[in-house]
Amino acid sequence: MILKRKIVTFAIILVCFLFECTVFQGLALGGVTPNLLIVVTSSFGFMRGKKEGMLVGFVSGLLVDIMFSDLIGFYTLIYMVLGYVNGFFRKIFYDDDIKLPLILIAASDFIYGNIVCVFMFIMRSKFHYFYYLKSVIIPELIYTILVTIILYQTILLINKKLEAEEKRSASKFV
Amino acid sequence: MRKKNQSSFSSKYWLLILSVVCIVLMGLSLVTDKVNGPLRAVANYTIVPMQKGINTVGVWMSDLTKNLDTLKELQAENDALKSEINDLSMKINLLQLDKEELTRLRELYQLDEYYSDYEMIGARVTSNDSGNWFRSFVIDKGKNDGIKVDMNVLAQGGLVGIVTEVGPNWARVRSIIDDASNVSALVLATSDTCIVNGDLTLMQDGKIRFEQLPNNNTEIKSGEPIVTSHISNKYVQGILIGYINEIHVDANNLTRSGYIIPAVDFQHLQEVLIITSTKADLLEE
Repeated sequence: MILKRKIVTFAIILVCFLFECTVFQGLALGGVTPNLLIVVTSSFGFMRGKKEGMLVGFVSGLLVDIMFSDLIGFYTLIYMVLGYVNGFFRKIFYDDDIKLPLILIAASDFIYGNIVCVFMFIMRSKFHYFYYLKSVIIPELIYTILVTIILYQTILLINKKLEAEEKRSASKFV
Repeated sequence: MRKKNQSSFSSKYWLLILSVVCIVLMGLSLVTDKVNGPLRAVANYTIVPMQKGINTVGVWMSDLTKNLDTLKELQAENDALKSEINDLSMKINLLQLDKEELTRLRELYQLDEYYSDYEMIGARVTSNDSGNWFRSFVIDKGKNDGIKVDMNVLAQGGLVGIVTEVGPNWARVRSIIDDASNVSALVLATSDTCIVNGDLTLMQDGKIRFEQLPNNNTEIKSGEPIVTSHISNKYVQGILIGYINEIHVDANNLTRSGYIIPAVDFQHLQEVLIITSTKADLLEE
């Protein structure tokens, strides 16, 4: 059963990554695409706890690093820490409440955008922070939230099914 | 209670280990190429084929929407294209004459023709950078097809970018509109050199910036073509980058800068051409 969860989780990450860099490039609004991997990492963080959020973040970040980054480990670190921090909110997470997930995912995406902006742009002495905020970080955040409403429900549903299955097989052994 | 403490301790522990792994990887990828190699090979057999698959579906879908363009639009376009063909064939005739003259003069001056015919191979764009900060993309040709780092990439008769990373069957290309891109360029009319930078703040306007054009007494108007320069050590000479859109004198009165409209439509890039010899190869010859 644990193996099944691992495979399903990895499949979710992979599908989101592939969609993000192929299909969603064609669906870009104002030149901006949503950040599906943040949605996945953050959701697994507050649904399943710190450790799983961290591992999902690690895998997501590594995919981005291998394909699109000159510095392997940079995105991995960001996504991993975001997944871990989202894990702290597991205690106040109830799956019929959509407000907390939306706030957490929005906050994660905002923090992600700011970190990339600081390390990849401001550190190269490109100080147009408010331009970046206005034309990349905020639009990405809004688009990500729009996509979240659908994507998060799907992840939640898959997670519920997996949890139900795990419970059933656990009670069989007892 | 005890069990809970234990699990939170172990996740902290894991976070620390994985963070150290990340930092070490970052350090290593700055120094050597050895880390990326195996990872790229793994990606080659897992992610890249899937990207290709999804991309084929995407291309098919966009073709489908194109088919729905109304007949009228197509007819109008057809007429426009026909008149353009007439114009172009006129121009070709003129150019042919010029070319003959050029070859004659070249023979006279005994100039090498080493940059006039580059060998090229075609490739398909399979995926774009997942984030919104940089503009690099992945193509479906790699080391097995003879692609090397620093090869120049063209499309629609203009410069697209440069290969920055190569896997067995894929390669990553950094486009010239990417914020981290710098190209040494030349104003064709006056032979003044300048630097062309990609800039995220200009990306949505479809422009790129040029800088450090000497403010001498040559007159440069907007609309003049800018090509890659002879002093670049990465880009082969004479590839069209774009046309000057705006030019102004800098505050220091020594240099000029402005904006360029690139020759390539970066929004709808599906196929690209790769020059199979790098500038370093050409210089060795």
